[in-house]
Amino acid sequence: MSLNILEISYLIASLTFIIGLKMLSHPDSARKGNLIAAVGMLIAILATLTLYQDFDQAKMINYGLIFGGLVVGTVIGTIMAKRVQMTSMPQMVSFFNGMGGACAALIAIIEYQHHQHTTVTGFDGELLVMLLGLLIGSVSFSGSLIAYGKLEGKIKDRVLPMNQAINMIMLGAIIVLIAYQLFVGSTPFQFYILLALALVYGVLFVMPIGGADMPVVISLLNSFTGMAAAFGGFLYDNKAMLTGGILVGSAGTILTILMCNAMNRSLTNVLLGAFGGASAG
Amino acid sequence: MEEIFNYIGENMEMIYFLVLAILLGVEVISNVPAILHTPLMSGANAIHGVVVVGAIIVMLQASPDNYMALTVGFLAVVVGTLNVIGGFVVTDRMLEMFKKKPKKS
Repeated sequence: MSLNILEISYLIASLTFIIGLKMLSHPDSARKGNLIAAVGMLIAILATLTLYQDFDQAKMINYGLIFGGLVVGTVIGTIMAKRVQMTSMPQMVSFFNGMGGACAALIAIIEYQHHQHTTVTGFDGELLVMLLGLLIGSVSFSGSLIAYGKLEGKIKDRVLPMNQAINMIMLGAIIVLIAYQLFVGSTPFQFYILLALALVYGVLFVMPIGGADMPVVISLLNSFTGMAAAFGGFLYDNKAMLTGGILVGSAGTILTILMCNAMNRSLTNVLLGAFGGASAG
Repeated sequence: MEEIFNYIGENMEMIYFLVLAILLGVEVISNVPAILHTPLMSGANAIHGVVVVGAIIVMLQASPDNYMALTVGFLAVVVGTLNVIGGFVVTDRMLEMFKKKPKKS
């Protein structure tokens, strides 16, 4: 019974995300669309809190920490969002986007702790989803913080010598590391090396891109975080996370291209400092 | 190879969702006017904050004596909530600005 209500709540949440996104793309209904999506999000969170059941013992401490986390996040988030100057909005979006990426990466880290106890031979889909969530979440986290710093004027545009080549090599190393963990075997050591590589890659990815192009990059990182959230949905068979995440992933990618077009540039052109095209998705 | 196909077969329902949602996402925003690019980005940013649901599930699954999971999970809930709340409030403030001088495009 309660499980069905949970699934229905996720369905409602997914619907509000779709409708909200649709309304957000028309000037007259945009504000209402944002509100509708927020209500759907509230439904999804409340339903998970009250209806999700996967425990065999009383877990007061877990509930305490969850509520604590929700309250802390709400208070800090509201204050930051209300205080920020209108002109500083884009970097605020970038900051919050980075937080979402961090959330996806942290989930992957905890899940990996559970996962490594089971011995699996050969291809392991769950591990793949975890590794991709970790990778994309971390890239989005560190990249977004660099974008935030650049727009705030705290970080200057700086291009390392051979930045493009270094990025390529790192991307190659990341792919090899993921393939190795999938097909040969995964130890925590390799997992954390991947985390470190992903964080550094996020920095190097955004670093060479000029400050004026930052909104495009933020939009791209935004769609990355959406994908990371979708991988989380895959992990838990959670359809609200999957729809919400992948909707942002695809809409964000299209939006990135539209933004480039509005500036009369191509995405490759914007990312040229980094490398020719985003292949992480 | 067989394991890969097995995994896909077991998750066919989710893969359908994935593919259809990708196409839907492209369709839904394809006619957005340029002035709404930034608010739409911000709104989408808030929507992927749904990842906080995953953080809550992680916390509910963690055993009460696994302090590492509890600490990391707590952090995940905090940053996820930041994403949701901050995202929606920032979007609302941006759109509030549009309200004062209605534009058509």
